[in-house]
Amino acid sequence: MQVTSPVRPPLVTGGKTVSDVTQDISRHVENKPTKLWIMAFTLSLITLGYGSYCLWMTWWKGIGMWGLNKTVGWAWDITNFVWWVGIGHAGTLISAILLLFRQKWRTSINRAAEAMTIFAVICAASFIVAHMGRPWLAYWALPLPNAFGSLWVNFNSPLVWDVFAISTYFTVSLVFWYIGLVPDFATIRERATGVRRIVYGALSLGWDGSAKAWQRYEAVSLVLAGCSTPLVLSVHTIVSMDFATSVIPGWHATIFPPYFVAGAIFSGFAMVLTLMLITRVVFRLEDYITVEHMESMNKIIVLTGSIVGIAYLSEFFIAWYSHVPYESYTFINRAFGDDYWWAYWSMMTCNVISPQLFWFRTVRRSIAWTFLLSIVVNIGMWFERFVIIATSLSRDFIPSSWAYFSPTLYDIGDYLFTFGLFFTLFLLFAKFFPVVNMAEVKAIIKSSSAKKDTK
Amino acid sequence: MSKGTNYIIGVFNDEDVLMDAVGTLRSSGVKIQEAYTPFPVHGLDDALGYKPSNLPIAAFLFGLTGTICALLLTIGTMGYDWPMDIGGKPYIPLPHFIPVTFELTILLASLGMVATFLVISNLKPWGHDPFMFDGRSTDDKFLLVIDLDKNKMDKDALTNLFKQTGASEVNSKIVENH
Repeated sequence: MQVTSPVRPPLVTGGKTVSDVTQDISRHVENKPTKLWIMAFTLSLITLGYGSYCLWMTWWKGIGMWGLNKTVGWAWDITNFVWWVGIGHAGTLISAILLLFRQKWRTSINRAAEAMTIFAVICAASFIVAHMGRPWLAYWALPLPNAFGSLWVNFNSPLVWDVFAISTYFTVSLVFWYIGLVPDFATIRERATGVRRIVYGALSLGWDGSAKAWQRYEAVSLVLAGCSTPLVLSVHTIVSMDFATSVIPGWHATIFPPYFVAGAIFSGFAMVLTLMLITRVVFRLEDYITVEHMESMNKIIVLTGSIVGIAYLSEFFIAWYSHVPYESYTFINRAFGDDYWWAYWSMMTCNVISPQLFWFRTVRRSIAWTFLLSIVVNIGMWFERFVIIATSLSRDFIPSSWAYFSPTLYDIGDYLFTFGLFFTLFLLFAKFFPVVNMAEVKAIIKSSSAKKDTK
Repeated sequence: MSKGTNYIIGVFNDEDVLMDAVGTLRSSGVKIQEAYTPFPVHGLDDALGYKPSNLPIAAFLFGLTGTICALLLTIGTMGYDWPMDIGGKPYIPLPHFIPVTFELTILLASLGMVATFLVISNLKPWGHDPFMFDGRSTDDKFLLVIDLDKNKMDKDALTNLFKQTGASEVNSKIVENH
């Protein structure tokens, strides 16, 4: 009964039946963890342990542990924050925007991409809390009635907008992800016994898969997707406004919101690719996460990478065209100055030049190239945030306060903390939750899978 | 035989056969209690005669509440409770309040709609393992469930009808009344 489209290549290969989907995806949830998983998990825990020590020292002794100085008040902390938030965006993009556009290829990757979003936002939040210096007072950023009289947060401040944007983004993404998981938890519940049945029974919230429930589920998914789509754009727009509403040369740019959003999607897709290429091998999901998926994502990477490239050039042009000497100086100094030229050209190489290789079909469809370039793009995007933040601050209006920023071991350790946290959470997710959305893959399998030869 | 409701369950292997069966059964006057599928089958709710869900309306109303709350919060605190001159800006700079208003609108719309969905669908993590007519319906089977007492046809006639429409199995189940 399966039909293969003459125009579009199949999304699910290997002639899978609906029952095969259940088997293949539930397998790693039900089996004991593999050696590879245990090794990766141990490594993540060690990284997390070392990172936790550095983070603890930062909390205990204050942010003097970092390499910040009189000019550079923001550096690795905000670089890492913006980088992590950006990474998160691909998850929502895949699950929400591609749902609205009825792109069927999202179904195999949306679950893991959404999980990535949630964990990335948690990592990003850890820098926000740490950079406050007195993290136990983090709740001061919320508009709560307090003991100082009628003192409220300043709603004119992009930093307060950030609090609302990031927390809303995290909450809505979490809810969207969980609602999507409920039917799959029910599938696992029906296959499980004993304690596992109780646990997955609770997680599945008593889902029975009735037509009425599915009708409501689809309505909820569609509205959540509709809500998340502008949310993605707003979150990174607001993050960019943290910079753009200031008067620091190099930050004060109206191009920042769209440029940051494009960069976020760019790095997010790269991270999804990195994770998916590993996951498909570790969990033997090559039939579900195929070269077609990889190619579609690579096309988005080349698009967003080019947008980012044009944004860099526009910034340079406007710095000259605006006739603001500070602005021009900042940009020329970034690229050709003695201090940070290496960061600037690393960014240009990784973000502007390397993704252009994806114009070639063979590169786009090569797993090795894609894996390599996805990591290169993520490095490049980290440099982009670093270039924007550190180079702009290190040489501001007064030459007497110019200073060079170099990170301390604690800066590096706090960054490692988020890597440890991210991979620990992702590995736990990959082990105990279905990494591919079973219900949604089943729904497309008839129209988009390879023909079963045995029939 | 214990006292309960008699159900007759048609098991299908394919969503297209299920859709055709729903059409055939309903046109021959059979009242279908409910269908169970492993994934959302588009158009099944229409075929079963369900009205479209009102959840988007709930989302809109919750979103509106969010907008109003956010405007009250920002205008109330910065404009009236403790007005401060910040860089010479007006006390109530509405464009600056857009981000917070937008975020709270989305937050309340999403959380409100999901909460409504969970409540009306009786989805909760505690207290019940749902009654399943057939556990395979979360794997790869499609079920059509018919309440015998609410239908004029008898069991044999319904079984035959199910077989004609392409059901792979027809089972019956007595569910004790709670």
